[in-house]
Amino acid sequence: MKLIEQIRSEFSYISQGCNGRSVVYFDNAATSQRPDSLLRKLDEWQRYANANVHRAVHCLSANATEHYEAARVAVRDFINASSEREIIFTSGTTASINLLANIFSQAKIGQGDIVLITQAEHHSNMVPWQMVCKSRGARLEYIPIKENGEWDLSILDGLLASSRVKIISAAHISNVLGIVNPVEELIKKAHSYGVPVHIDGAQGIVHSKVDVRALDCDFYSFSGHKMYAATGTGVLYGKLHFLEELPPWMGGGDMVDTVTYSGTTYNVPPLKFEAGTPNFIGQATLLPAIEFMKKLRSSEMIENEKRLIAYLEEELRRIDGLRVLGDSPARTLLFSFVVDGVHHSDIATLMDQMGFALRSGLLCSEPLIEKYGYNGVVRISPAPYNTLEECERFIKSLGKVISMLK
Amino acid sequence: MSIQEVQEEIVNDFSAFEEWMDKYEYIIELGKSLPIIDSSEKIDSNLIKGCQSRVWVHTSFEDGKLFFTADSDAIITKGIISLLIKVYNGRTPSEILSSDLSFIDRIGLKENLTPTRTNGLLSMIEQIRTEASKHL
Repeated sequence: MKLIEQIRSEFSYISQGCNGRSVVYFDNAATSQRPDSLLRKLDEWQRYANANVHRAVHCLSANATEHYEAARVAVRDFINASSEREIIFTSGTTASINLLANIFSQAKIGQGDIVLITQAEHHSNMVPWQMVCKSRGARLEYIPIKENGEWDLSILDGLLASSRVKIISAAHISNVLGIVNPVEELIKKAHSYGVPVHIDGAQGIVHSKVDVRALDCDFYSFSGHKMYAATGTGVLYGKLHFLEELPPWMGGGDMVDTVTYSGTTYNVPPLKFEAGTPNFIGQATLLPAIEFMKKLRSSEMIENEKRLIAYLEEELRRIDGLRVLGDSPARTLLFSFVVDGVHHSDIATLMDQMGFALRSGLLCSEPLIEKYGYNGVVRISPAPYNTLEECERFIKSLGKVISMLK
Repeated sequence: MSIQEVQEEIVNDFSAFEEWMDKYEYIIELGKSLPIIDSSEKIDSNLIKGCQSRVWVHTSFEDGKLFFTADSDAIITKGIISLLIKVYNGRTPSEILSSDLSFIDRIGLKENLTPTRTNGLLSMIEQIRTEASKHL
């Protein structure tokens, strides 16, 4: 069996459909489906390795702790971090960024300081910074984006030279535009002024090979559930010296060293930042998820992915009145578009009837979509295991739907 | 006709469609053909802003009965709204509050009522009931 067929056979929804109807799932940017091999592990661990981690001496707890920590090591290797102590488990990218915004701002952001993000951020990499800037009396500034979706870094030097910028936080790949941003350039420039950089990797971890040491980013966030792991899982990577220096945020559970009535000393990273019972079985699935991701990065699958990108890029632009947001050779398998005179939710509703699961609306990126002058878009985010035949059917169905609505 | 009878009539109309496409084409036609709100009422204070589609609703109360006009930027939403208005227009508050809204599910359009972040159609149904309670 060819690798792609073997991979597809791991997803029951492909053969079983949804509510009795077949479905082509093109909403992977929101969450991915999970392969059977991973679901079997999840089931097994729920039954035989369910006990609170790091706490008890009994066998079930030892099993649970072993799986939880094995996933941490797997993540360390996957992103090439220096130490597993740099890997904090969270419930997802949003939780990672909220954690970072809170611990970083407590220690490093004061009155009149600047936090710098871009105009193309997901709400999860915007709202937490708006919140901490408000509470610290700091200012949130935005790196503008050009019409084609690329960053306009021309304001960067001026802002950085003011020495008020305390951190930059930017997406590796926008969840709307689907193009890979020049994060290396941003990080290099920021570091030349001594400013640390956080990369929102919710989409980046899925579509590119991430090496945090080569990138030299100071923090990197991502979700497990978009990379085939269980829902409610995620990671905040941070350079160890930052994690040692920054204060904890949530208190309780595993994050302590010693507690007395008069005060508490804290555990070392990463546990210092993992208060309460973690989603230990969910996080453990990051290990089989990473194993699965490695299959998707084989040359055969990368070739397939490239074919899908090229096909969709060409065929979408050929549809009369259709406009794709963002235009760059650094395109990943993610396209957002609008069609003149046709409403995005009507397209998604009819495409659902046609058996295609798409996303429509503001994509948790209201300011960006409004900047382009739209009140919503349609997004397709296939997986590398989708086929050219599915994409051809998609384009044909889309044409039919648009003609019904026009 | 009672609210229930109007709903039965709609369900009956839709039973003629064997294909989902015919059903949606009919809804799209309903959405296109009906001018259902006066443009002077299409203002922000009547707007239910949703993540998917926007819905404008204007309510008036005359002789003990409620009257609704509405619009949406999405054509399918607009088509379903025109059916909702057919069911609820000119009813007394107690008629509205004691009725069960079943036709949307029965004609197979339940997915249009999925509670997404803000579903304009769901909010409209809620608003119809709220207005009815106010005038009870």
